Amino acid sequence: MDQSRRTFLSDAGRWIVLTGAASIAWDAIAAGAPETAPNYRMTEHWWAMLLDIEQCIGCGTCVRACKTENNVPLDAEHFRTWVERYVVNIDDPDHPIVDSPNGGYDGFTDTPLGPHAKTFFVPKMCNHCSDSPCVQVCPVGATFVSPDGVVLVDKDRCLGCRYCIQACPYGTRFIDPRTNTVDKCTLCYHRITKGLLPACVETCPTGARRLADLKNPADPVHEFLRTHTVHVLKPQMATGAKAYYYGLDGSVR
Amino acid sequence: MGGVQGFMYPNEVELQWSILIVLYPFITGLVAGAFILASLERVFNVHVVRPTYRLALLTALAFLIVAPLPLQLHLGRPERSLEMYFTPHRTSAMAMFGFVYLWYLMGILLLEIWLDYRRDLVCSHRASTGVKRALYGALTLWSDDISDEALALDDKAGRIITIVGIPSAFLLHGYVGFIFGSIKANPWWSTPLMPIVFIFSAMVSGIALVMLMYIGLSRLQGRRVEMPCVDTIASYLFYAFVVDFSLEMVDLIHRIYEADESFRALDFMVHTRLFTSQIVLQLGLGTAVPLLLLAVSQVAKLRDAARLRVYILAGCLTLVGIFAMRWNVVIGGQLFSKSFLGYTTYKLQFATREGLAPAIALLILPFGILAGLVRLLPPWPATAVSE
Repeated sequence: MDQSRRTFLSDAGRWIVLTGAASIAWDAIAAGAPETAPNYRMTEHWWAMLLDIEQCIGCGTCVRACKTENNVPLDAEHFRTWVERYVVNIDDPDHPIVDSPNGGYDGFTDTPLGPHAKTFFVPKMCNHCSDSPCVQVCPVGATFVSPDGVVLVDKDRCLGCRYCIQACPYGTRFIDPRTNTVDKCTLCYHRITKGLLPACVETCPTGARRLADLKNPADPVHEFLRTHTVHVLKPQMATGAKAYYYGLDGSVR
Repeated sequence: MGGVQGFMYPNEVELQWSILIVLYPFITGLVAGAFILASLERVFNVHVVRPTYRLALLTALAFLIVAPLPLQLHLGRPERSLEMYFTPHRTSAMAMFGFVYLWYLMGILLLEIWLDYRRDLVCSHRASTGVKRALYGALTLWSDDISDEALALDDKAGRIITIVGIPSAFLLHGYVGFIFGSIKANPWWSTPLMPIVFIFSAMVSGIALVMLMYIGLSRLQGRRVEMPCVDTIASYLFYAFVVDFSLEMVDLIHRIYEADESFRALDFMVHTRLFTSQIVLQLGLGTAVPLLLLAVSQVAKLRDAARLRVYILAGCLTLVGIFAMRWNVVIGGQLFSKSFLGYTTYKLQFATREGLAPAIALLILPFGILAGLVRLLPPWPATAVSE
């Protein structure tokens, strides 16, 4: 009798616990969580981005690809990524002339260039900082750094208070007017967790953008970082930015 | 992209925090300031300002009730606002607002008002009938012991709460300053002086408001304005203003002398887009003129009526100046690009969710609440009138 009671309790307990575990797992499965993607382990990656100023030709393909892939509003005030054009007069490098018509979506036409000036393009996006000020200030934890180093937003939790937009030094966040919640670059998380490249990287015709996995020893980024001088934007902000720029001019803000 | 001069990051063109977020520090400042004035009488035994003690508490309560409304109206998803209580993010300065607010409302202000009014509430309960009787009965929380021992205990408890209340008032508004001051990405906001400046500007605005309310309400009820009381409040206003002005000047001088990477952009902004609200309204009309008026009233031997007019003018200008200061902090902090290469424009609309119309309504609302509170809980009991 005792034995059968013990067996019954054990079975019932296991059933209850397993059902609980299964229900938790089911949420993740239903949400399409990355851990359920085959062969993807969040703890095995630490994502970053490499942007090569010398290679960027300002064609705007990345901006168009990003807007299409991520359903970003098609107006001139909402961008997950955009391209800036710098014209720097070498006599006055502290005051560059910068523009980004429609975020560079349509590419750039003629660059007016004086004899003492240089010009280049700077692709901008979320820096996926490891010490993100945006993550720090979110009042409900709707924005967070994933275990694989990507700064993400849970749109089902976001209050739309916009504190994170104020806290981001790089201007990479905006309120999606359709949901009234915050939106930003996700490094195309839905793609990279399936072994694909972010849309901007995939479509860049010159290879100016490269996805980097800092935890993967086979990733050529390690060799690149070892042999090249790279900078991050606004290093004085100490945000642990992971968008590494090669060939970045000191005038870039 | 109308209104943009130079270069803004594309996502920066549209301003994120509107006039409603200007109201938030303005209103909480009035709350903190009014409470600090009330505690002067209670804790520091400045009996001459006694006529304003209860009025100051009721003013603080009326404005505190309204304080979260502009925030609520501003949220993109207002239906999720309670998540700040249920799932607060511990590293967020903003997440703590709900708790600081609740503590101040429930732990300090309501308790202090209740203790101070308990005797009156019990008397009103006993003297009235019908619905009014039930209402006062509920407000007494069904505690009708007004024996000398009970009242002595009330007084002692009220005093302790006021003592705890002073740092709490500082916390409430210093905290609001911290929300802005801790944003390192924004050089217009990022300064450790911000919470301190906010506290002193709160005292200035709260004292000015209570002074004006006292004068206005006395006139409205045909009651004589106690000049020693108003004189004392005006002198406190003057002293608080001097400290506030000095702190703001320390900040300004520090910025000018240090002249870091943001200085040119901010300096340009102050001389162009913020000129009217910063130089003319805040520093000129809202600070220099009231300071001068208050200084004159301290030194010159003015007749009562003249002095009263000076106080009213100085008080009104002070409120304009402090509102302009909140405007310059909140709106000014978003007019320049974080690239320091350009400026945008704030387009204030009228009858939209974050427009001028709801802002005006939210500024009128506390006065409506205060009118109700004054009827329900008269700040000047009948016995005090006959004295």
